[in-house]
Amino acid sequence: MTQAFRIGDARSAALRFTFDGKTYEGRAGDTLASALLANGVHLVGRSFKYHRPRGILSAGSEEPNALVTIDRGCGRVTPNLRATQVELYEGLAAHSQNRWPSLVFDLGAAAGLASRLLPAGFYYKTFMWPPAAWRHFYEPLIRRAAGLGQAPRDPDPDFYAQQYAHCDVLVIGAGAAGLAAAVKAGCAGARVMLCDEQNAFGGSLLAEPQARIDDTPATEWAARQIESLRAMPDVRLLPRSTAFGMHAQNFIGIVERVSDHLAEPGNPPRERLWQVRARRIVLATGAHERPLVFPGDDRPGVMLADAARVYAHRHGVLVGRRIVVAAAHDSAYAAALDLQRAGAHIALIADLRDSHEFSMVEEARVAGLNISRAAEIVATSGRRRVASVRLRMRDGTMQTVACDALLMSGGWTPSVHLLSQARGALRFDDALQAFAPGALPPDISCAGACNGSFGLAAAIAEGQAAGRDAATASGFPTSASAAPLVDERPSFVRQQAHTPTSAPHPKAFVDFQNDVTSADIALAVREGFRSVEHIKRYTTTGMATDQGKTSNMNALDIAAREMGRAMSEVGLTTFRQPYTPVTFGALAGPARGDLYEPVRHTPSHEWALRRGAIFEDAGQWKRASAFPRDGEKLEAAVTRECRTVRECVGVFDASTLGKIEVAGPDALEFLDRMYVNDVSKLVIGRCRYALMLGENGFVMDDGIVGRLDAHRFHVTTTSGGLAHVLAHMEDFRQTEFTDLRVWLTDVTEQWATFAVQGPRAREIVAPLIEGVDVSAGEAPHMSLREGQILDAPLRLFRASFTGECGFEINVPSGAGPRIWEALTQRVEAVGGCAYGLEALDVLRAEKGYIIVGQETDGSTTPDDLGYGRMIGRAKPDFIGKRSLTLPHLARPDRPQLVGLLTRDPAAVLEEGSQIVPSPRPAIGAHALGHVTTARRSPTLGRTIALALVENGRARLGDTLYATATTGMLAVEVGAPVFYDPSGSRLDG
Amino acid sequence: MLLIRCPFCEMDRPETEFRYGGEALIERPDPARATDAEWTDYLYNRTNPKGRHAERWRHLHGCGRFFNCLRDTVSDRVLATWRPGERSPEEGGA
Repeated sequence: MTQAFRIGDARSAALRFTFDGKTYEGRAGDTLASALLANGVHLVGRSFKYHRPRGILSAGSEEPNALVTIDRGCGRVTPNLRATQVELYEGLAAHSQNRWPSLVFDLGAAAGLASRLLPAGFYYKTFMWPPAAWRHFYEPLIRRAAGLGQAPRDPDPDFYAQQYAHCDVLVIGAGAAGLAAAVKAGCAGARVMLCDEQNAFGGSLLAEPQARIDDTPATEWAARQIESLRAMPDVRLLPRSTAFGMHAQNFIGIVERVSDHLAEPGNPPRERLWQVRARRIVLATGAHERPLVFPGDDRPGVMLADAARVYAHRHGVLVGRRIVVAAAHDSAYAAALDLQRAGAHIALIADLRDSHEFSMVEEARVAGLNISRAAEIVATSGRRRVASVRLRMRDGTMQTVACDALLMSGGWTPSVHLLSQARGALRFDDALQAFAPGALPPDISCAGACNGSFGLAAAIAEGQAAGRDAATASGFPTSASAAPLVDERPSFVRQQAHTPTSAPHPKAFVDFQNDVTSADIALAVREGFRSVEHIKRYTTTGMATDQGKTSNMNALDIAAREMGRAMSEVGLTTFRQPYTPVTFGALAGPARGDLYEPVRHTPSHEWALRRGAIFEDAGQWKRASAFPRDGEKLEAAVTRECRTVRECVGVFDASTLGKIEVAGPDALEFLDRMYVNDVSKLVIGRCRYALMLGENGFVMDDGIVGRLDAHRFHVTTTSGGLAHVLAHMEDFRQTEFTDLRVWLTDVTEQWATFAVQGPRAREIVAPLIEGVDVSAGEAPHMSLREGQILDAPLRLFRASFTGECGFEINVPSGAGPRIWEALTQRVEAVGGCAYGLEALDVLRAEKGYIIVGQETDGSTTPDDLGYGRMIGRAKPDFIGKRSLTLPHLARPDRPQLVGLLTRDPAAVLEEGSQIVPSPRPAIGAHALGHVTTARRSPTLGRTIALALVENGRARLGDTLYATATTGMLAVEVGAPVFYDPSGSRLDG
Repeated sequence: MLLIRCPFCEMDRPETEFRYGGEALIERPDPARATDAEWTDYLYNRTNPKGRHAERWRHLHGCGRFFNCLRDTVSDRVLATWRPGERSPEEGGA
């Protein structure tokens, strides 16, 4: 095929492209849509629900029908692109969507034959029972039949940039109004950004060859404006850039398509996400033409009238040779006249309005156009493309007119999407029969068609005023200047009070993308839906990826009429982001793969990698679960590591522990108020296990408070609790205990922490350490010493989270890997080993040591854990103290931490399972508590569990039952310490 | 994303630098004297107004300081920020 619908001379280079594998020719400057139309191709897709043949409706981003998949090879596959926005390049490969086996012969179209069986709310009504059928049968079936393009399977090889920007004035839309505003603000010296979703600036001027501004063609005026903007140093121009989201305080998301239009993209990012903060925003986003609703309105070749004008003027493409124009708005006449001049035959202008006298009607008559007064469009015919339209005329006669394109002119809807997102008010304009800007948010103004002001002169005047005001308001005062002289066709504001549509009809489509008909909307109203938001959700009208740009007003019109109410009363649905679909790539930017989230490595990480450790994620940390040897499975490695610690010695990297240095003359008093313990008695060189409560009396965190000197403390937190604990401490330090002189510093990253634990721990560390006598007498359990280890500064905590004699060696992180190597070498030389998080969890559970967040759940008190004795009750105050006396925290039947032993010593309980008093509790019976930890204990040779059980300490020796997937398991309640209850091993 | 003026840094900074800290101007009762009702009111009851709301924010990824903020919960606009202990705009401060 050789571009049979191309007009004019060969202005630009020919480009070859394929659509569904077939090769066509287009020209530079084409969109995929214009290139297909040049080749007479109107059928480009199948509809979402009924698989009806669909064509190209529009020439812009509002396109609901012509969605295609572009395949650039190597995983560069993008579905659901609007053919009207895809710029043609040599070799472009496009595919139609939602058809099988082919676009022309589609089996799914059988759904169209059954469309009477698929009305609004069909899903809700039909696919109810049986419940399992939805997941296994209905949904997969519907998903396959209905839909858009296929999501790409391969990872996206492109990269996406993100950039923040600030400006004084952001102008969105570079048509006449936007250009005028940007020039005005730029001349005043303001920092200006101007963005437009199209590849070229100029908006409607790009297809307006007849209008003149200051006695030059409007297109030249536009080029001059762009040229002057380019010359301004503080102006940034962003073509191919869609402002898709407005946030609070003029924060705007703009996606710039950087390289999709290039045949050889080279190495730029594919897209760039701009996050712009603008002092002032001028919205110059134009308007969308409204389709008409009539039976068969979705046939390929039925298009918006102004789109046909754009294709003729901008792309040199006729959408048809024999055209019928259906007019409900004056602008239809401009389209008809322009297309006639371009060489098309206008078979008929069917004016659907009550009155249609204005100057261009006469012009059309003089031009020889056939104008007739029609009452409604009854039907269309044609398989791959419209072939005729059947009209009922005002005089009652029927008329069938042959055509190869049917143009609809239903009036114009201001594009108020972004304004609405920014919480600007909308008001119903009776003259426009559309919603126009009402009360504006501060710092946002609207100019031109999006403001409901149609015509070139109005657009430029409003644009200049908006640019001037925005510049002045952002500190660049400028004065008014004379508006240019504009010679244009009559302004197009007159339209029918109601867009004329036939009675609700099951083939009269309102929302093309979601296949919603006027009959569906009428049905929703009949079934009692009154709120336009409910009608939208029930029928899905306006909910497709085009966000109802062409359908919302028609849907509202029909709903209002069915309800017998005015459109202004019915109101509008909320506009949501994004204005047009945005790729995940643009939103994610570089934050994917390794850059998705920072990864934190412990000082022993390299060593652990070399040893083939199994890692687990703990927050952002990579922590070693275990260090398997010789093909050991995880379970076997954990068992070996536990035994080694109990019988010999192990070393564990605890560097992830949060560490806060608390310093100042009042540091002691501050800590005394932050922890439940009586810290005031803590002497220099000692440390203490301490509990931190929230003000509500529940356990928030635990850790060790060590006193380095009179005014300096080294405090640890749980690995995951650091940020929260530090914020909590800062809060009270800054806003409540302002009388205390104390400072907090997060030193987590400064100190590496290695725990050497086991009966032989002392002999491991002793030879390495200088300046500290580590003998049991000189450095007893819970002592804190400073010295040197292998020439590195050392803070040595005699602490244990295993129940064995323990040394927690804190060294500066930089020395960490070296010290770790030295420790593991010595440990392994005596038959010890490094142990991981899994072994630690078993060892601490054997001792009944809690983990905050595992044994506690945000409603656990110290006494619930059996730690009541730690509370410094004599202290006048500490955070949470007052709450502990509240009745529900002092209740006797609170859950209490206990140990559970299963009757079957091999059975491992499930963490989180319920504890009940009998093996067959009544349905709905109250559970006594739940299992918090369940482990196999190599030391005891059986399984153990910890649980929070109502009044648990009074139940020691009782048999209770735990739920399990295999049935109820009998358990005996005991103390939560399974190993060395006297603590005799702690001093080694 | 809000733009919030840190009263310590005296700069407008993006919301992502800050952390919300709950309702402001809630006085911690004297724990020794407060009745259970007064104490639970302090712990759990908040005003949740439609309109002007006094809040605490912390410039977490900046100076780290807590400060007070008056925000309109309808328009989501920050009306004023001030340092703790200073007079609020409604008391004639800021």
